[in-house]
Amino acid sequence: MARSPSRPLEGRVWRYGDNVDTDVIIPARYLNVSDPAQLAVHCLEDLDPAFARQVQPGDIVVAGENFGAGSSREHAPLALKAAGVGCIIARSFARIFYRNAINIGLPILECPQAVEETETGDVLTVDLEAGTITNHRTGRTYQAPPFPPFVMEIIRAGGLVPYTRRRMQEGAR
Amino acid sequence: MGQTLVEKIIAAHLVDDGNGRGAPAPVRPGDLVEVSVDVVMANDITAPLAIRAFEALTGSTPENGGRVFDPDRVLLVPSHFVPAKDIKSAEQVKTLRRFAQAQALTHRFTPGRAGIEHVILPDMGLVLPGDLVIGGDSHTCTYGAVGALATGMGSTDIGVAMATGRTWLRVPETIRFVYEGTLRPWVGGKDLILYTIGQIGVGGARYKAMEFTGPAIAQLDMANRFTMVNMVIEAGGKCGFIPVDKTTLAYVEARATRPYTVYQADEDAHYAAVYRWDVSDLEPQVALPYSPGNVLPISQVGTVKPDQVFIGSCTNGRLEDLAQVMAVLERAGRAFHPDLQVVVIPGSQAIYLEALRRGWIERLAEAGATITAGTCGPCLGGYFGILGAGQVGVSTSNRNFRGRMGHREAQVYLVNPAVAAATAILGRLAHPDEV
Repeated sequence: MARSPSRPLEGRVWRYGDNVDTDVIIPARYLNVSDPAQLAVHCLEDLDPAFARQVQPGDIVVAGENFGAGSSREHAPLALKAAGVGCIIARSFARIFYRNAINIGLPILECPQAVEETETGDVLTVDLEAGTITNHRTGRTYQAPPFPPFVMEIIRAGGLVPYTRRRMQEGAR
Repeated sequence: MGQTLVEKIIAAHLVDDGNGRGAPAPVRPGDLVEVSVDVVMANDITAPLAIRAFEALTGSTPENGGRVFDPDRVLLVPSHFVPAKDIKSAEQVKTLRRFAQAQALTHRFTPGRAGIEHVILPDMGLVLPGDLVIGGDSHTCTYGAVGALATGMGSTDIGVAMATGRTWLRVPETIRFVYEGTLRPWVGGKDLILYTIGQIGVGGARYKAMEFTGPAIAQLDMANRFTMVNMVIEAGGKCGFIPVDKTTLAYVEARATRPYTVYQADEDAHYAAVYRWDVSDLEPQVALPYSPGNVLPISQVGTVKPDQVFIGSCTNGRLEDLAQVMAVLERAGRAFHPDLQVVVIPGSQAIYLEALRRGWIERLAEAGATITAGTCGPCLGGYFGILGAGQVGVSTSNRNFRGRMGHREAQVYLVNPAVAAATAILGRLAHPDEV
């Protein structure tokens, strides 16, 4: 179900480092299923066994460079989203993960400054349309670079399938 | 200004350059464009989600108008967990086969008659120079070795492209790599790419295309070229290329059954960076746990005593890779070390059959290897050689992240096939010269 990106997200932070790869996000031993709920149970278990047990709906993952490095498995953002993650903020994303997250309607932002000053347990408010991130502990607001307009349309539509369906119905060719 | 390879291939496939212009119109890095695709691929892990996206988009059944854009050009290859490793994996293959049947896809791939997608697609002439290929597997970049623009994507992108025959791309910058000199014995494409990833880091080519050029590249056979371009993704690369030359054309001409276009980068193309390395003194390289970027020359690695040696994968599962293994085994004149387990998986049935005819499979079995064919097996932690806690694997595959091949406390070292063979004989990480 598409959530309107115009309503700000608020959540508690799980902070990780650089190069969080798709094998730790969801190991391939679990890729014999594609049901997000079954994947969520194993999300990040080889990196942080506490995560899948303790993550709350709306929590925010904050990470360093190259988040989602490695495989094209869409099961990775699906697992995070089904675990309840409301948004991922990283210094940078691996390109296939970035596309996948947008395609399935998992909000993501690149903002090194926000990542620099954020710790596990912080509460953040994120406005995806404006690209702003506010840290309740520091009181600071950070600005992420805007999405290209066309990517923003995919996000607003809730993902690539609803976006494409709409385009096909409008006869855009 | 001149264009890079990736710019040329995107320009030739343009549907909309963002300003309503179709092909041919020049593109520049950063442009967001819509392109037509020549081939769309998925495997048994990624196809179920792609099919779900396809059905959500088209309204489900072929009767409802839900047809793939071109049944000749949608390739669904069961490779990762096949023959089915458990009930759930069998269900995934069933989903793939049911869709292929309903859509009357031209090319069907069955275990025992096919193999790993990145091994068989070029071998069957299904990906060609100048093609724009997207695949539901990150190692789709492999086909850049035949001069195709080939890139991995997730299942939703693949499902939508199966329906529309199009996708959107951001035009990447290109990094050019020039490898000077002549490679030493036992040093090949695997070592060149491991060295490169070690130098620039696992995010060093993020969002960029990689062009591999220079005399050391020109000397590589196709197997070594596939190996090298296969691991572009481990540097974060969007796609990779080795310029088409006589070697490529000889390979392609023997296999192509449709026309293709050879592109070359312009002399005055603009590159984001150019790296120039003399690789004459390059040793075999090793990626240590837990990253493909954690690379050292073999002489600096120290003692590693593996529980298992794995030879195979889309990276090094080709006939020429097995030839390297056999050359080392011949030197040794003895069996593999009794303290470890050796798993050998030729990347396709065709390669397996040729190895059988040459007597290699018998020699490997006599030496103590466990052998199957045409599957990824333990590479991604699927089956057929999973590692337990504290176990050590030496592998010719492409990733060694934590938990990749089994338990999070297992350790995997990535090497070339000759080093894998020497290691299997001596019972410790070893250079072939030590055998």
